Amino acid sequence: MYEGVVQNLIDELGMLPGVGPKSAQRIAFHLLAADPADVNRLAHALLEVKEKVRFCRVCGNVAAEEECRICRDARRDEHVICVVEESKDVVAIEKTREFRGRYHVLGGAISPIEGVGPDDLRIRELMTRLADGQVTELILATDPNLEGEATATYLARLVKPMGLKVTRLASGLPVGGDLEYADEVTLGRAFEGRRLLDV
Amino acid sequence: MSLYRDEGVVLRTQKLGEADRIVTILTKRTGKVRGVAKGVRRTTSRFGARLEPFTHVDLQLHTGRTLDVITQAETLRPYGEGLAADYPRYTAGSAMLETADRLTMGEKEPALRQFLLLIGGLRTLVEQEHEARLVLDAYFLRSLAVAGYAPALESCARCSAPAVRAFAIVAGGMVCGTCRPAGAAVPSAETIVLMTALLRGDWPTADASEARYRTECSGLVAAYLQWHLEHGIRSLRHVERV
Ligand SMILES: [Zn+2]
Ligand SMILES: [Zn+2]
Repeated sequence: MYEGVVQNLIDELGMLPGVGPKSAQRIAFHLLAADPADVNRLAHALLEVKEKVRFCRVCGNVAAEEECRICRDARRDEHVICVVEESKDVVAIEKTREFRGRYHVLGGAISPIEGVGPDDLRIRELMTRLADGQVTELILATDPNLEGEATATYLARLVKPMGLKVTRLASGLPVGGDLEYADEVTLGRAFEGRRLLDV
Repeated sequence: MSLYRDEGVVLRTQKLGEADRIVTILTKRTGKVRGVAKGVRRTTSRFGARLEPFTHVDLQLHTGRTLDVITQAETLRPYGEGLAADYPRYTAGSAMLETADRLTMGEKEPALRQFLLLIGGLRTLVEQEHEARLVLDAYFLRSLAVAGYAPALESCARCSAPAVRAFAIVAGGMVCGTCRPAGAAVPSAETIVLMTALLRGDWPTADASEARYRTECSGLVAAYLQWHLEHGIRSLRHVERV
């Protein structure tokens, strides 16, 4: 244990995802030794992100304004929506340059054991977007793991009566992992070869 | 560090750090084990989908100081594939895994009967010969029985006299007229027949039951299960009826 303020910092850092007690201590001492101007910039960036960044009211992606950059871009195809679990999946798919439609960020995947059901995700918002019949294809790009597959199954069944084309990323995507870790080439190919989901 | 091998069913996984997961497995010989799977969330991981919930795997682990480390995993049966493609069965299966986790309290305490029951339950669920909710209720009743909480269905849970048509969760099942507490449920005779069939594994009787008795049976079994497990089963809220 360290003196009050240092221990506070270690405790706060330790609450970040992927940062264990040892890493927290290492980061804390790095900051203590760092140039005050550098630390200032970091602190400013932290505050700014909470102040300025919010979630797009249309798709749920992170946004600097009411709507995100993609939803505001008139050149993006509004007839195709790609459904992903997290904002970082949008980033991964954008890198492939294979997709020119819009997104919908669910905020996670259905996992009954973790207490996450359909009502805990942005599924109602998705149904609202689909209600006017403008969208003709829904691409289900949830993670290629158990929860992601189950979420895709649930969504495919839910939108079935709407009669739109529902596709899932090609099975060439390695299973069991997180979408964000797929390399651009594989992910791009998975987009090209997406298959029709029939439930 | 010692190396050991076992087979088991993956009950749950939790993210750890950048790309690892902590995997909870109910194994055949060792009982419940928590192991770290390194790099499993990367799409290049050699583990692939082998350490996903529901998978029956053959494992090799290194004994660690706090958590064991999974060094090898081979799929024996990937129950998750079939379940993820059928939402009601996925939710029923999730409730089974959570119950198995809750009923096997200590880590590394052998729980062979719970393991066999879970394997049997998952297999029956995937085979789709019986309604998902019936399979789930049968699993609940039998896993409670293995844990020592079988509900009394014929004679009074308190005094063993012949029971009347009254089910009292707090008493431990059906009760007689004398022991009957206030507020005991009064299920249909057919519901008790169904519950008995599920507990014994009498599928012809269970499959022939009518929907309303299945609903009543599920309600009682769920309440009974929740009462015996201190914090309740989270997945139960999301289990879907077809
Ligand atoms: Zn947006
Ligand atoms: Zn009695």
